Amino acid sequence: MHLSDSDLQAIWLTVRLATIVTVILLLVGTPVAWWLARSKAWWKSPVAAVVAMPLVLPPSVMGFYLLLAMGPDGPIGRLTEALGMGLLPFTFQGLVLASVFYSLPFMVQPLQSAFESIGERPLEVAATLRASPLDAFLTVAVPLAWPGFLTGSILTFAHTVGEFGVILMIGGNIPGETRVASVQIYDHVEALAYAEAHSLAAVMLAFSFIVLMAVYLWRPVRRLQ
Amino acid sequence: MSSAGIEAAFRIDWPGFSLDVELNLPGRGVTALFGHSGSGKTTLLRCMAGLEHSKHGRMRLNGETWQDDGIWLPVHKRQLAYVFQEASLFPHLSVSGNLRYGMRRSGRHLKFSLEQAIELLGIGHLLDRRPDRLSGGERQRVAIARALAANPRLLLMDEPLAALDIGRRQEILPYLERLHDALEIPVVYVTHSPDEVARLADHIVVLDNGRAVAQGPLQETLARLDLPFLLGEDAGVVLDSVVAERDHAWHLSRVAFEGGSLWTRDHGLEVGSRIRVRVLARDVSLSMQEQENTSIQNILPGRVDAVADDRYPGLALVRVMVGESALLARMTRRAVAVLGIQPGREVWVQVKSVALLE
Repeated sequence: MHLSDSDLQAIWLTVRLATIVTVILLLVGTPVAWWLARSKAWWKSPVAAVVAMPLVLPPSVMGFYLLLAMGPDGPIGRLTEALGMGLLPFTFQGLVLASVFYSLPFMVQPLQSAFESIGERPLEVAATLRASPLDAFLTVAVPLAWPGFLTGSILTFAHTVGEFGVILMIGGNIPGETRVASVQIYDHVEALAYAEAHSLAAVMLAFSFIVLMAVYLWRPVRRLQ
Repeated sequence: MSSAGIEAAFRIDWPGFSLDVELNLPGRGVTALFGHSGSGKTTLLRCMAGLEHSKHGRMRLNGETWQDDGIWLPVHKRQLAYVFQEASLFPHLSVSGNLRYGMRRSGRHLKFSLEQAIELLGIGHLLDRRPDRLSGGERQRVAIARALAANPRLLLMDEPLAALDIGRRQEILPYLERLHDALEIPVVYVTHSPDEVARLADHIVVLDNGRAVAQGPLQETLARLDLPFLLGEDAGVVLDSVVAERDHAWHLSRVAFEGGSLWTRDHGLEVGSRIRVRVLARDVSLSMQEQENTSIQNILPGRVDAVADDRYPGLALVRVMVGESALLARMTRRAVAVLGIQPGREVWVQVKSVALLE
């Protein structure tokens, strides 16, 4: 098994992308999941459906709309141009943004169910012990939902690593910028370089297995005593 | 009652349940919110805490307004503590972490120190344990100590013993009784157990169907004739008494209350100890002559004060005054008629058994 420099570059890019997306989704997904877990608003269901869409949409469909949105006539494209960032398609930043949308349910759903399983009671207890809502969230909800944070982060990371369709639609195939491992494998296969494809694919396969095993093995449960 | 004490008035209309109460509770001592399940006692307690937001409500504690028209103090800004039915300890914190959680957030003016709470509930040896390493009774004791350590000005307890088995309940009751003597803040205690009421309460509010059907000082209220339908078999009175004499030969103690005294099994209490005794209506009978040659040792002179129908057809409840104290007696209506029992009548009150409560 041999990995070339461009393979290593692709792996490094993939790891960077997945890490950044995971961190962003921890920050963005947590409040969304918290709201979904506790809100009684009627529009909670539509929001939950939108969050879950990437689970069922073909990546090409998502990629297509993201491409339009980030393009010169799209809302995101106009915004980034107005901010002097230029256009996002075919850039690393564009990949990050697209991946945030694409992996959103993988962060939000485990977190939401973790928050839901905590129930109302621990937060009521915290309130009667004079913890403000934010205080109670940080000192009670987050520690109790810890397994959800772990599962969400691992799944988000792994799912972003495994992304292909959306990246091809938005990022294309620029070495060091948008050519992630999955795209690199595709290139190898296109070039009939099966041995190279095999090395990289085996790395991905082993990675996925280890990650999923970790998720299933490590599921501590905490309940109010 | 404009400044001292608790003023609590709430109105709730939910499908299938309504609550409409207006209470003035004393600013010291234990008030029992008593009623069957579904009577609204927990909802009322949650309204007082602010865990339930009733649109029409008023809640004042010693002159400080927590809720009124246009005023709403969120729960975490109210200086209260709440003990839930299940201990609800934070599983990610040790016992001592749980105790400190509320204390750290309660400001500096500690009326009740952490050490006192630990001492009072006897949990000093548990401090380093995780909640999942505690028994049910220990958990609830820690939960009560955690509430006290938060330095509340009002302690709300929602059936703290209901989730425990009989043995664990007997384990905790003495701690609650100590609490009753040691606390200077008002306690509102939700329960459906007449035994807990008799042991712990100074004041009682009887709830039925979301309405307060009776409220007042415990002794007075328990002697009312219109409540037995709620208390059922447990209808009876509580007398504040003092151990007056001990008969070591027969292992008996004489406890004196206002108006008389009763012999009871000796519980090892010193002469002079203050105790509560409970006399159930079903253990009291009346006689027109003073009986001799009877196994009943407690026979007191009294005067019939009132007669009322009991919850079962065929049964009556009679209130008899023995000196200043009221006792209830349960008997058949036929006995009432045959013996000519009516208000004003002098009778002999025979008490078959007496329960010492503290």
